Amino acid sequence: MYHRPRIIPCLTMIDRGLVKTVQFKKPRYIGDPINTIRIFNNKGVDEICILDIDATKKGYSPDFEFLQEIASEAFIPLSYGGGITTVQQIERLLYIGFEKVIINSAFISNPDLIREAVQLAGSQSIVVAIDVKKNLFGQQHCYCRSGSERINVVPLDLAKKAEAMGAGEILLTSINNEGMMSGYDLQLVNEISSAVSIPVIANGGASSIDDFYSVIKTAKAHAAAASSFFVFYGPHRAVLITTPSEEELIKIGVYHQ
Amino acid sequence: MIGIIEYGIGNIGSILNMFKKLGIEAMFVKHEDDIARCDKLMLPGVGSFDVAMTRLHSSGLVPSIMKHTIDNKKYLLGICLGMQMLGKSSEEGSMPGLGLIDMKTVKFIGKIPSNLKIPHMGWDLINIVNPDDSLVNDIIRQPRYYFAHSYYVENDKQNEILMTCEYGITFTVAVRHDNIIGFQFHPEKSHIFGMELLKIFAALK
Repeated sequence: MYHRPRIIPCLTMIDRGLVKTVQFKKPRYIGDPINTIRIFNNKGVDEICILDIDATKKGYSPDFEFLQEIASEAFIPLSYGGGITTVQQIERLLYIGFEKVIINSAFISNPDLIREAVQLAGSQSIVVAIDVKKNLFGQQHCYCRSGSERINVVPLDLAKKAEAMGAGEILLTSINNEGMMSGYDLQLVNEISSAVSIPVIANGGASSIDDFYSVIKTAKAHAAAASSFFVFYGPHRAVLITTPSEEELIKIGVYHQ
Repeated sequence: MIGIIEYGIGNIGSILNMFKKLGIEAMFVKHEDDIARCDKLMLPGVGSFDVAMTRLHSSGLVPSIMKHTIDNKKYLLGICLGMQMLGKSSEEGSMPGLGLIDMKTVKFIGKIPSNLKIPHMGWDLINIVNPDDSLVNDIIRQPRYYFAHSYYVENDKQNEILMTCEYGITFTVAVRHDNIIGFQFHPEKSHIFGMELLKIFAALK
């Protein structure tokens, strides 16, 4: 059977600039989002995820004007997260050309938003983002507000709750692995993916297409998101937008013809 | 002129963006008068069936859409939920659909192996089952399209099915009943493959 798990560039943004973080910290400026989206679109990636990592912390609404410019460059599926607190904002994001919205902090402060959003836009448009940090003792905790606030719920319970509320997908990020380019947290991904029946997008840690293979085949992720992998090149992390070729992904067994 | 029906539902911006990119004239239609200016209409839709049907009815556009499609025999293309709305009913809701094509929408749950995730989300290949139809006979290479749905349509009329897809079961993803067409996938988000298809649709006589 044909199978093409999505390989998704996940782009983080602050003040209309693309940044790359390490463990959700030390944002480094990468470039202009619109230009970057144009490149990814031309390369024909499976989907693009855009996160404004400053919006919730600073209390901003989504920057609709700018997001509309971004959307007009992409003829592939687009999702957006950052600062979403109301159904009206979700409606507007879909209207300007985003297929999916990603909700993290508002899912914690107002879980009913998910139910309302699903009622309006359908499950397939609503993604819940779960950010997980392991402490020194290996205990997992969920975080919101771009990793700045700890929540007293384990990832498994939060994932099940998201599914029960009607979310269509989970974007699961390991804060420890994010930006480290040391591979995904396979155990975490496997745990969550096996426990819910909705797709789980694994995020955080990819450094090579072998990591995509492991997270999809071993840890049962439905899709793999990455950022450093797509924007950095070489040991000194020079900024360069690269995407794996279709042939490479077929050869390694990520895509099946 | 292609009119994209605006009734408060759906990712209509993406559709207009793609037509702009292709250099094809398209506009949002919100009023009856707009519909009269269009030789083709598109009914987009994401979300849940009853919410979309309710909004479509309260837009007041249904009589003009029916006139355009049934009396004037002009093209109407439904996308995703918009395709499902062309049928008679949906297991997702209790409201009737537009009833323009004899088909109904049913859910994946219970019909596909439980190891397959729902929604059916992502890129998939399709089979062209009616290769002589003018909508598909100009497709040059094997297309793949972007899908995001938890329900699909069942249509018993083989001659109306243009494309199918496999996800645990084989199901219909493109239908055509004369001037009425439906796509389950999102051509507006399917990159070059979607562009090719929307170009063919725009050129249909």
